[in-house]
Amino acid sequence: MSKALVELIRNKFPDAFVETHSQVGDDTVVVKSEAWHDVCAFLKSSPDSDIDMLIDLTAVDFPEREPRFEVVAHMYSLDLGHRLRLKTRVGDAKGENTDVATLSDLWGSANWMEREAWDMFGIVFDGHPDLRRILMYPEFKGHPLRRDYPADKIQPLVEYRKVDNIDKLPPFDANEGMSFGRQTHDKTEEESADAELFGDN
Amino acid sequence: MGELKTKTEVIGEGDGASIITTKAEDLLHWAQKYSLFMCPFITACCGMEFMGVTSPRYDLARFGAEAPRFSPRQSDLLWVVGTITQRQAPILKRIYDQMAEPKWVMAFGTCASCGGFYDNYATVAGLDKIIPCDIYIPGCPPRPESVFDGLMLLQDKIADGDRSPSIIKPRSDNAEGPDHGLVQLSRRDSRPSVS
Repeated sequence: MSKALVELIRNKFPDAFVETHSQVGDDTVVVKSEAWHDVCAFLKSSPDSDIDMLIDLTAVDFPEREPRFEVVAHMYSLDLGHRLRLKTRVGDAKGENTDVATLSDLWGSANWMEREAWDMFGIVFDGHPDLRRILMYPEFKGHPLRRDYPADKIQPLVEYRKVDNIDKLPPFDANEGMSFGRQTHDKTEEESADAELFGDN
Repeated sequence: MGELKTKTEVIGEGDGASIITTKAEDLLHWAQKYSLFMCPFITACCGMEFMGVTSPRYDLARFGAEAPRFSPRQSDLLWVVGTITQRQAPILKRIYDQMAEPKWVMAFGTCASCGGFYDNYATVAGLDKIIPCDIYIPGCPPRPESVFDGLMLLQDKIADGDRSPSIIKPRSDNAEGPDHGLVQLSRRDSRPSVS
């Protein structure tokens, strides 16, 4: 459906064109990060593409790849009815050099979605008017959806209470139960009552 | 209204009984347990079930707990309904600190009790990490009947002057005893510390 769109980009930006693939009718174009903004500006302004809606913009972390992150934009033309998935790749193994140009000057919806991609993945959008965290709090260190962010690492804003075992986090062992029952539920009495009622299995 | 159970003596006999003696403390507890003005702190999907609980069908006024006070300074019972995120935690702590004594806290649902299945960077695994909690009501979300179990358990605890954390037991549990299906957790004095 949007093969013409792919060819349009291939002809207009032969140097920036990296690869393309198509799955269940959705076409994807991968471009070089230097041409990210130019390609998008062209797609928006060209009457053949007329992309006037940025549906989604996010990122994916592939730690084994180089460049490491994929920035993904889903776009749609309301008048022509075709859609395109545009990707670019940024970042090195350490998760740095993740600069890519902002799209917020082209589509207003890019503003918050780029803030989310910055918050979760640490993608730096050059030229963004207000690149702050949008979901996490300003005190948060790191980017939680990166694969190298420890799965059990939390950064509390409020100091936890001084109670035994309060720092313990799930998953708990079988005999620990939930945080309220953990190490506090005196089960022996109850179990013996059960054994009387239901017989010892 | 409920009866004054403990240490109450009725002087006189039969229908002519006209004087009741009790302790001032018991009378105070009796008054407190039937005037649990709520401060709803609702953050997530459990709020839908909370709406059901507070609807006329379930008639929360039976327990004297139906009056919402959206100022924490005027409320007695903090209903924490839903997931507490790390970002939400300072707000919850502040609201708890603003409440006047005596105050009680209810963890409504699994997320408020222990974080539920949210085991990640964003969620506080249970509000008891931040503020002390009196009643834990499991369920995702809990049925209104479970909430009433929790409320009645809290009333019993208030009448007894008991501030230890308690959890209601699921109704389908085979270990349900004669005590209306309510179970009281007892804290061991010497608990092994697991780190």
